[in-house]
Amino acid sequence: MRYLTLIRVNLRRKKMRTLLTISSFAVALFLFGLLVTIHTAFYQGVEVAGVDRVVVRNHISLIMPLPISYKERLLQIDGVTHVTYASWFGGVYQDERNFFPQFAIDVETYREMFPEYVIDDRQWKDFVADREGCFVGRAIADKFGFKVGDRIPFRGTIFQGTWEFNVRGIFDADSQTADTNQFWFQYKYLEERSQFEKGLVGWYYARIGDPDRAAEITKAIDTRFANSPFETTSETEKAFAAGFVKQFGNIKLIILSVGGVVFFTLLLITGSNMSMSIRERTNEIAVLKTIGFSNGSILLLVLGESLAYALTGGLIGILLCKLFTLGGDPTGGMLPLFYLAVDAMIAGVLAAVLVGLGAGLIPAILAMRLKIVNAMRRV
Amino acid sequence: MVRVDATNNGNALIQVRNLTKTYERAGERIDVLTGLNLDIEQGEFVAFMGPSGSGKTTLLNLLGGIDLPTSGSIRVDGDEITSMTGGKLTAWRARHVGFIFQLYNLIPVLTAYQNVELPLLLTRLSKAKRRAHIEAALTLVGLGDRMQHYPRQLSGGQEQRVAIARAIVSDPTFLLCDEPTGDLDRHSANEILDLLERLVREHHKTILMVTHDPVAAERADSVLHLDKGVLVESRN
Repeated sequence: MRYLTLIRVNLRRKKMRTLLTISSFAVALFLFGLLVTIHTAFYQGVEVAGVDRVVVRNHISLIMPLPISYKERLLQIDGVTHVTYASWFGGVYQDERNFFPQFAIDVETYREMFPEYVIDDRQWKDFVADREGCFVGRAIADKFGFKVGDRIPFRGTIFQGTWEFNVRGIFDADSQTADTNQFWFQYKYLEERSQFEKGLVGWYYARIGDPDRAAEITKAIDTRFANSPFETTSETEKAFAAGFVKQFGNIKLIILSVGGVVFFTLLLITGSNMSMSIRERTNEIAVLKTIGFSNGSILLLVLGESLAYALTGGLIGILLCKLFTLGGDPTGGMLPLFYLAVDAMIAGVLAAVLVGLGAGLIPAILAMRLKIVNAMRRV
Repeated sequence: MVRVDATNNGNALIQVRNLTKTYERAGERIDVLTGLNLDIEQGEFVAFMGPSGSGKTTLLNLLGGIDLPTSGSIRVDGDEITSMTGGKLTAWRARHVGFIFQLYNLIPVLTAYQNVELPLLLTRLSKAKRRAHIEAALTLVGLGDRMQHYPRQLSGGQEQRVAIARAIVSDPTFLLCDEPTGDLDRHSANEILDLLERLVREHHKTILMVTHDPVAAERADSVLHLDKGVLVESRN
């Protein structure tokens, strides 16, 4: 604590250099935060996918339907305890940029399959009672200002025509990690108005009693429907979500590569600045050592300076990133879970601290080993 | 009384025996100090003179514990400093030696107050006690009203006075001055010498001063000449 004044005045010595070094950390940490946020947005679905849920889809493609009769047949398979289904609607609300997923769901079974959503019983009852009713996720309701009682028009793209829905409820999530960027309405309404979707659904979710038997049960499901006009591919919800993310490429590798380059560059910049700063102060360090500052004190002073750059810049960068992410998904719906978690912020600041210490280590050791007599002779 | 013949009865504050310092440069051996003996008592003001390269600064560095001799011993107030290394020697230096340099060597980004505080940061003194010591030291050197000034806002003579305050603030056993007036005009040099004399006469400090200036040396109790690594007493 006694050396804080020395660290502080040294930071103020070359204001432009200090500003640029702190800015480097701030930019790097902002970028780090953004990368983590994007990574989270892509992989959160994988992380939170229910371990006891299996997705059953058409073997040919996800966009190909399955018969509604599979519901009962799925329930007959050993290990399956609950089944529900949904279909992709793909409507446009006002403008195509206002993208959010809309699902036609089986109101009798869907809610029970997803206990992570917080749903008001009375609102759910109203929803079930209204064929044209819909249930809106909190993220969408907040974004578009939907309220219970509103009537919302959609332009159908797969299912042509104008579709209107009555908002009967708004659901929340029991944690920040569950996606409330969803819109649900009754499958019966879709089936009623659709000409070609009768008796067909998009995909099934099946709950399995024992997650350890997932491989065995998914195999049993696919075997059950093999050699039929609607063969299936079944996988755990986690595997399904991971496969979905993989379509975008190896996001993790891209993020790790960019992050690694950013931090390595930061290490070089800060290391160079610290070396320059220490070289300019050779005489002063020699004086401090002459007065009686120990090698350890000199080491701490230099590392403290480097750490001050890292902490100041790191905190500024990560807080700016947090502010940015509080504005929500900047892509208009592609990354619904767009948030920077506190643990990621802490990890970012710790990474900055490590870079700061790493960058200051060699200059600090050189300063520590400085021979007073040699340094004094130089000045 | 200063003696250079190793005949002191053992009550000297600083006792130097057979001190030798040799450098190797480009394979050549250079003897800077050869078998030097010296006894200095508490409260003495000793000046070292000699031509450039005679070993004055080397002797000062050895007495201050910032360089190690090739052989011989230096005993200060009972402590054999030539057997000390690393942290122990650093701690000894902080406790016993006050340094005053020709170019003042103040930290330019610290105020006079903060510069003087530096040696006290190594002690366990509270902030309030540190403040009392600093104010006393700066008042003693006549800069009680310049505490918050930065070195660039002070004259050369004032800067050297801050350096003296920094050297005495922790009440060291002795002061080492390396050409303390070498960078000052005659008027400022006299002020500094007056101050050093006061420290000896009124505060019983022991001062060892290297100088090229005969006028400065005149102020000392004893003047010793170093020539070719040997110490010769010229006035006592």
